[in-house]
Amino acid sequence: MAVTTTEVQAPRTPPDPHAGPLPRTRRLTGPLVLLAVPALLTVLIFFVVPALRLLWLSFTTPEPGLGNYAAIATDEVTHTVVLRTLGMAAVVTVACVLVAYPYAYLMTIATPRWRTVLLAIVLIPFWTSLMARTFAWVVLLQDNGVVNQILAAVGVGQVRLLGTGAGVTLAMAQVMLPFVVLPVYATMRGIDRRLVAAALSLGARPSVAFARVYLPLSFPGVAAGATLVMVMSLGFYVTPSLVGSPQQSMLAQFISVQVNQLVNFGAAGALAVTLLVVTLVLLAGVQVLTRTRGARGNGLGSGMTGGAA
Amino acid sequence: MPDRTDGASIRVESLTKTFREGTAPAVDAIDLDVRSGEFMTLLGPSGSGKTTTLNMVAGFEEVTSGRILLDGDDIARLPPYRRNLGMVFQSYALFPHMTAAENIAFPLRQRKVSKAEIARRVHETLDLVQLGGHGDRLPSQLSGGQQQRVALARAVVFSPRALLLDEPLGALDKKLRETLQLQIARLHSELGITFVFVTHDQEEALALSDRIAVFRDGRIEQVGTPFELYEAPVSRFVATFLGDSNIFAGTVRDGLLDTGGATLHCQGPDGRGALVVRPERMTLHGDDRDRPAGANQLGAEVTDVVYQGAFRRVLVRFDDGTPGLVRDSSSDVSVAVGDRVRVSWPAATGVVVPDDAAADSSDATVGDGVAA
Repeated sequence: MAVTTTEVQAPRTPPDPHAGPLPRTRRLTGPLVLLAVPALLTVLIFFVVPALRLLWLSFTTPEPGLGNYAAIATDEVTHTVVLRTLGMAAVVTVACVLVAYPYAYLMTIATPRWRTVLLAIVLIPFWTSLMARTFAWVVLLQDNGVVNQILAAVGVGQVRLLGTGAGVTLAMAQVMLPFVVLPVYATMRGIDRRLVAAALSLGARPSVAFARVYLPLSFPGVAAGATLVMVMSLGFYVTPSLVGSPQQSMLAQFISVQVNQLVNFGAAGALAVTLLVVTLVLLAGVQVLTRTRGARGNGLGSGMTGGAA
Repeated sequence: MPDRTDGASIRVESLTKTFREGTAPAVDAIDLDVRSGEFMTLLGPSGSGKTTTLNMVAGFEEVTSGRILLDGDDIARLPPYRRNLGMVFQSYALFPHMTAAENIAFPLRQRKVSKAEIARRVHETLDLVQLGGHGDRLPSQLSGGQQQRVALARAVVFSPRALLLDEPLGALDKKLRETLQLQIARLHSELGITFVFVTHDQEEALALSDRIAVFRDGRIEQVGTPFELYEAPVSRFVATFLGDSNIFAGTVRDGLLDTGGATLHCQGPDGRGALVVRPERMTLHGDDRDRPAGANQLGAEVTDVVYQGAFRRVLVRFDDGTPGLVRDSSSDVSVAVGDRVRVSWPAATGVVVPDDAAADSSDATVGDGVAA
């Protein structure tokens, strides 16, 4: 087999402090391109073509023009749903980051055995069917469910959770947690602990060493995880529709209603395009943020957000 | 340049570190006195406790027992950020998200120094380590040697009274190491502060230090100037760890050492002992006719010759079976593997140390001499 490459990959050696950067990339030439063909074909047939068709429908159904978009721009229900979706996704993202960050940190300092246990606690729900987990939340969030019993025990009293935004947020945050824990943990593992020691030796209190050194260096992982959760939350369907209520509908449910009940493909297409645009704007924002100094020297941030798109 | 200050004296008293209960201590009740402004090197093989000792002085490792006195004040229980000691790491430990100048400014910011003053001192310190104009580079844009110079600058910019260096040159190649050794020596004389330098490289230790503490198995084997350690080692371990040695083990009686195959003049107490003679003190003689008087001499067979330009390393096996090494800088005598030679040295040369064969440090014995 005649494989011609213009560059020879350097052998993998431990990083040498005075060597120049190793040539890690090679130009995509000749037969190598074939490696990408199956993936490209799959994306083309099952994603690009339907997406373009939906885009086409949004401009042509029921009649050609910008009617569907004009409706979105003027319809208050749509505004409410879009804002609610953005708000819910933001709350879920913040909740996930706040829970995942200390958890991931604990994983980096735990002994190997405890690290395995902590990782399993994150991954086992991750490997469980989304439906099973969501139905579990439906049970847990009942008015006399486990969550309410705990709340009663600590003296908060009964809170209505099922069918409310609070319930949906709680369930979604649990579903999304691994998507923050894993990238944050991966980034934290790459941080040299001696950097914190160095900061301490230079006179920084532990809180300052954390804020000035550890936090900025772990930021790319946080950005990656937060972006993943935000983007997935924006289009989340299963959990909001089972745990939430039609009155508290999110964008994906709204689109589903347009397709399944109103058979309004044009409006559904326009909403889907809107969702896509909102998502892309968010991603662009994160790209700009992670390109600032916090992410320099660590390509994970942009790499992960690129993957999430 | 950071202000010139008097170096602090560092006194370590029965300092002990046990990592896990029931195991042998990593540092076993050591005492060490580092004088103000001194360049003290902690030298030893890996696992000998030298880095653990340094980490306890820096505050990164909790002290199991003992005291660390900085100018008389016990700092053993102070957190590292309140000890005011500079620290240089083998891995540089530069903050990768900050430029060289920001790295150097970091300790000054912690001390609430004014902006103008920070700018001035960062500039001066960059010049001090000959990196003027590189201040806006990120660590990843600097070479290994440059990164270590930034780390040095960062550790001295706030005028600490002592600088702790943990194998700072370990990750650099030989050429760069020698250049940086000179820079470190120059920094020490210009700043006048106390340096505590950890290394396993005996050449580095000999070249830089005012005094060296040789560590072995969590204890200090010997403390002394490079000259004292080289010329008067107290044990086989020190003799073999610093430089090459010929070691004749045997029994001393009335100034004569009986190795079981040869009798040698020496100066030492009666009993079991080992005579240490440095390779450069020995002279090669081509044949038996040339016999110097008043000297120890032994017949030997040449087992290997390594030509090193200015001198030859001649590995021999003495007639009593002892392996040996002669550093021969004359080219009068031609030797080849298998030749019979005579080796002599003045009777007053060499020291007698306790005969503890297990103490030979494995990476510096004569047998490995060829590779060195």
